[in-house]
Amino acid sequence: MELQEQTTVQVDLLKSFEEKIGRDDAIEPKDKMPDAYRKHLIRQISQHAHSEVIGMQPEGNWITRAPSLRAKQILLAKIQDEGGHGLYLYSAAETLGISRTEMIEQLHSGKAKYSNIFNYPALNWADIGAIGWLVDGAAIVNQVSLQRTSYGPYSRAMVRICKEESFHQRQGYEIMAKMMAGTADQREMAQDAMNRWWWPALMMFGPHDSESPRSGDAFKWKIKRQSNDELRAKFIDKTVQQAEVIGLTIPDKDLKWNEARGHYDHGPIDWNEFYNVINGNGPCNKQRMDHHKRVHAEGAWVREAAEAYRAKKEKQLFQSKN
Amino acid sequence: MSADTQLEKWEVFIQSKPGANFVHAGCVHASDKKMALQNARDTYTRRGEGTSIWAVPCDAIVASNPDENDMFFDPANDKTYRMPTFYVMPEGAKAI
Repeated sequence: MELQEQTTVQVDLLKSFEEKIGRDDAIEPKDKMPDAYRKHLIRQISQHAHSEVIGMQPEGNWITRAPSLRAKQILLAKIQDEGGHGLYLYSAAETLGISRTEMIEQLHSGKAKYSNIFNYPALNWADIGAIGWLVDGAAIVNQVSLQRTSYGPYSRAMVRICKEESFHQRQGYEIMAKMMAGTADQREMAQDAMNRWWWPALMMFGPHDSESPRSGDAFKWKIKRQSNDELRAKFIDKTVQQAEVIGLTIPDKDLKWNEARGHYDHGPIDWNEFYNVINGNGPCNKQRMDHHKRVHAEGAWVREAAEAYRAKKEKQLFQSKN
Repeated sequence: MSADTQLEKWEVFIQSKPGANFVHAGCVHASDKKMALQNARDTYTRRGEGTSIWAVPCDAIVASNPDENDMFFDPANDKTYRMPTFYVMPEGAKAI
């Protein structure tokens, strides 16, 4: 094809794609889409999937130390959900033409990231409460917004995940409420967990809009519907009241209701810490990645055995037919 | 045999209650039919979402091409007489 002709075809494809986006039609796997759209989604969905899976580690650490059988059953169910959510998202990413093997390789090589929040440790039981309430709470705000993302399989995975996540947040809040209704030591533990998780939870929404403008492809193509700061405000506005109800203090002396904006104003976020942790210097980055690599390698025999069993069955079937 | 095989892909369809349509839920990886069903159950029905599951190997599915939609679905476009509203009913006729 002549170069000019080729360019015209590409311009037409982009135009019909953007018209579709304009009509709020979902984009489905077999639809034509710009390379940049596909790449953006693969990066975002695989990062989201990796976050669900890596997020199982800080909580998994507490299964054997849960304070009651009830708490243990709940925590197990929550962690199983996180694994399930990882699978929904890996499936959604696979529809874009990347394999699960490639995604895991990218995680292990550091090419693909996961949410920064999971590089912080869960030091005691109150942290399990804070993770469910604040970390899952922040994730829900983001995921509710992503239910309206333009890529069909991603949107459907988000709808399923949102249905399941609200139990996660409620179980976390219940733990915090129970501790706040307990002894002075328990209240102190709960407040300490709040102090340690509040700021990392706010960082989950990413840099301020001034650093990460709304005009990018993610907005143009409706992958993202709301900006980082809009989502962060939504999270703060609903969480402040929940903290008040159980007597927890938000560790931000600048937090103040702004009548004019209709939102809380908050103090400065320590972005140096954020970038420091992203760049590998958080308390648990190495531990999380080492654990994933080790378990993946140790589980290889299970996948090999499953393949060998299938091969044996197929051979038996073939012999019985001949 | 590669150590990091991720097994075959299967599409999963769930029937939410007897009598309902089977609806596509997502995908799982599994080496055989039995594992496909078990993985589908663990992945897509942790809250009683289903009473029945179909798991279908992905490479057994044939899908229409959205680029050919106009031509492919064209035969249905000019047959409005397949719709009940096409017909003129006599004034006063009831329960039809």
